[in-house]
Formats: sequence, C-alpha cells, structure tokens
Amino acid sequence: MSASALSVRNMVVAFDDFLALDGVSIDVREGESFGIVGESGSGKSTLLRAVAGLNSFESGSLTVAGQSYKGQKRSKEFYRTVQMVFQDPYGSLHPRQTVDRLLLEPLAIHGFTDVDVRIARALDEVGLGSGFRFRYSHQLSGGQRQRIAIARALILEPKILLLDEPTSALDASIQAEILNLLEQARRDRDLTFVMVSHDLGVISHMCERLTVMRKGEVVETVSVEALEKREFSEDYTRALLVASEGFRRD
Amino acid sequence: MNPLLTVDDLRVSFPTRTGQVDAVRGVSFTLGKERLGIVGESGSGKSQTGRAIMGLTPGHAKISAKTLSFDGIDLLSASAKQRRSLRGKRVAMILQDPKYSLNPVMTIGRQIIETLRTHERVSFNEGKARALAMLEAVQINDPERVFELYPHEVSGGMGQRVMIAMMLVCGPELLIADEPTSALDVTVQLEVLAILDKLVSERGMGLIFISHDLRLVSSFCDRVIVMYAGRVVEELPSANLAEAKHPYTQGLLNCLPTIGTHRHPLPVLERKPEWAI
Repeated sequence: MSASALSVRNMVVAFDDFLALDGVSIDVREGESFGIVGESGSGKSTLLRAVAGLNSFESGSLTVAGQSYKGQKRSKEFYRTVQMVFQDPYGSLHPRQTVDRLLLEPLAIHGFTDVDVRIARALDEVGLGSGFRFRYSHQLSGGQRQRIAIARALILEPKILLLDEPTSALDASIQAEILNLLEQARRDRDLTFVMVSHDLGVISHMCERLTVMRKGEVVETVSVEALEKREFSEDYTRALLVASEGFRRD
Repeated sequence: MNPLLTVDDLRVSFPTRTGQVDAVRGVSFTLGKERLGIVGESGSGKSQTGRAIMGLTPGHAKISAKTLSFDGIDLLSASAKQRRSLRGKRVAMILQDPKYSLNPVMTIGRQIIETLRTHERVSFNEGKARALAMLEAVQINDPERVFELYPHEVSGGMGQRVMIAMMLVCGPELLIADEPTSALDVTVQLEVLAILDKLVSERGMGLIFISHDLRLVSSFCDRVIVMYAGRVVEELPSANLAEAKHPYTQGLLNCLPTIGTHRHPLPVLERKPEWAI
C-alpha cells in the first residue's frame, strides 16, 4: 500500500451553532483519485475548504504529506503541495486581471523567476494557445475559464489537487473535455485528486474510491468497483445511485 | 386538429458593435398537447427559441418568422396588451434558477396571488385558497407556512416548486421549462421532475422542455429537437434516441460519463463548421 497523501481525522467545523462537519475522517493515498459525493449542505465543499485552509476547523487533525496542520493557518510549502480548483469559473477568476496576470500571481508569491516560460507552458498544457494570454476572463467561455483555473492550480506543480465540482457549471459536452484534461494532467504528473461532486457518474468515471457524505457526516466509503456491483450497505448511497440514472416514469 | 403552437422559420438576431449575431436561424416545429424537448449546448439558441414564443426577446433584437402562432393567434403581430394577457395565463415559463427568478422582496404567497389576480377577477381570499391548493399540488408539506415566507428563506428545490406552482396556478395550455432542474441537486431534481410530469399529464398541457442534458430530456419528453448554432440539426422521437443519425446528437449522447462504463478518455464532441451552415 502506498503512502498516505492526505489524512483527515475526526474533523469538526462549526459555523456558530451549526455543525457543518461532525467528526469526518478520510484517508487519501498517494497517487489516488478520491471522490466525495453528497447533496448540497452535506459538508463536502466545507471539507475541501477546511483542508485548503479557507475555513478553520475546531478539532480533529489534518495531515498532508507528513506535515500536520491546525486551524486555518497553512504554510507556503503547503500551497506548493496542495492547490484547488473551484466550481464556478465565473467567480473564481479576477475580472480585472488578464490571464497572464492571473497566472503570474502564484509564481510571484512563490518566488519563481522563469515566469514567461512557465506561463506559456501552463497555457499550452490546458489546450489554450498563447493567444489567450492577454485576454480578460470575461472574454473567455465557461470551459476556457475552467481551463485557466486548472492552469493556475497546476502552474506551481502541486502534488495534490482539490477539485470542488469542477464541471457542474459547464455544459455536458464541455464537461467531457475538462474531465479528459484533468485525467491527462493526473497521468502526466502523478497527481493525487480529491474531487467533490454531486454527480455520481462523474465521480465513478474519475475516481477509484469515494466517500458518501450527508449532513456533515460520512455515510460510507466504498470503491467505485463495489459501487458498480451494487456492493454497498447504506440506503442513502442507493438513493444517490438511482437518482444518477435519470428520470423514470412509473 | 390544429396544433397548439406553430413555429415556422423563426429567426432571432441581435445587432452588436461587431455586427449581427444570429442566435436562432430558421427553426420550425409544431406542438400539440405533448412533451417536446429542445436540446443543445450554450449558445445553440434553445433558450432564445423559448423566449421568442413567450414574447421575452429583448427589445433591440430582431425577430421574424413565416408563422409564429399560438392557438390561431399570430404572436408576431399581436399587440403588447394581447401578449400580456397570454403570458402567464395561457403560456407560462419556468426559469432555471429560483434564486434569481422569484421576487426577493415579496412573500411567496403574494407572488402567486399576483399572477392569479393579473389574469382573473378573484378576491384576495379566493386567490389565497387557490395559491395554497397549488402549493399543495407541488407537494409542499406546509403550504400555510411557505405562503408567508420570502424566497431566500426556502431551499432551491422548494423555490423551484414554488415557481412551478406560480406558473401553473392560472392553468396554462402551454408550459415552457427552460433548464428547470439544472440548478438543483440530483436527488431533488427527480422529485421536481416527477411533480412537473404529474401536473403536465393531469392538466393536459403542451410542454417545451429546454435543457443541455440529452439523456434527461429524452427520458422526460415524447419528442426531441436537437439544436446547433441556431438551427435544428435533428428531430426524433425519444424512444429512438439510440438511432440518432446526426454526429452532433451522437456526440451529445456519448460525452456523458455513466456508472459502469469505462471510457478513458471520454469521447468529446467534434464540432464541424458545415453543421452550422
């Protein structure tokens, strides 16, 4: 068994009186693609945000690549290892910065000097030519914006990518392109993925194991193989599976 | 029997600084009391087709058609007043996101009654009774409580049910649903669709279901129109979806990841310029 890339133990996140995460534990192995499914309010995005340091967590432990972290503070080193791609490509890119500026920012923060080469390579890697380099995000389509967001995450050469519903704001046809791009990046760079989605079809396509969450708790963790063979124990997982098969008139 | 809706050679175009953008380029179909799905990607003109029927095309757009008639009424030559009397009463539209399409400063109950009182002479009390009955019909457990709430106080699934209730309260003959469940969770989607399905069949309405999800549309509708770049590329009965001939339709069908199939990489849609001609 390969080493643990990311480990969360009994994580609790509270917003005032509301427990968004109530003792959640997950273990992600190095090089693995790990899925988290659940409906709105299940805490799946909160979990990713707490790992990334965008939310603080009250108790429990977080270990990433052998380092443990508390609360909301993360070292610069952490962000060299872990990067995140957000759901809404319209909201996650600065509207008044060009693509060039957007991609320069992480490089500048981490003190890279060969920025020109890196930006050109990053754009190339996500299938956008250098013609996109000096455009603003409003001049791009939804799929192109998400490609920029992925380029921004990959430009620091992280080991772990946190993906928060990366395709749910996109058309079905664009979704396939972005999923292929992510898979390609993962193969090329031996990345570890933690991917959140409400679409079981997407998760089963992208991941090897998945956790089903509901109301801030883990319902169960199964392998995708077991899911396909219907070898799981919880009714809630079954309900999600039925829902993902589409509308049926009875 | 005359069809409920006849659309023949519908064109919608927008003048912009860089020239004219043709959003819809010659769409034709007829609709009776049936469920018709319109599928396409963003920018294919599917929503603009729905909006043109509803009369919601922005004022600066140019719209033309050989025929655009609803139950014998020519919609393009109809006066604004006549269209207002149709809109909400005989033709209704459900929009994508209840967060943005409901009035945020009006309680849910008042909004439903407003629709009703625009079109019918009813007292407030009678209106309230009908609004409550409608909320119950969309399976809201506690209609009295929801009646008094503001849109931000309810969940997305509940908001969408409220919108369905509001649209159906006047008993329209044609319902246009523009991505009615895209903003909802998968589990809630099915509930909302089941409610919509039940009401449409009980009340004998014509339905136009607009979505980018071909599988969803085909499981819900009798007939599907596939649009690309403002044109209809293929029309076929939902049952024969597997026999789709146009490569664009096949592409839309194949690009979705499904549980139990392993295709790496996923087939992506090829877009050929000749399809747009």
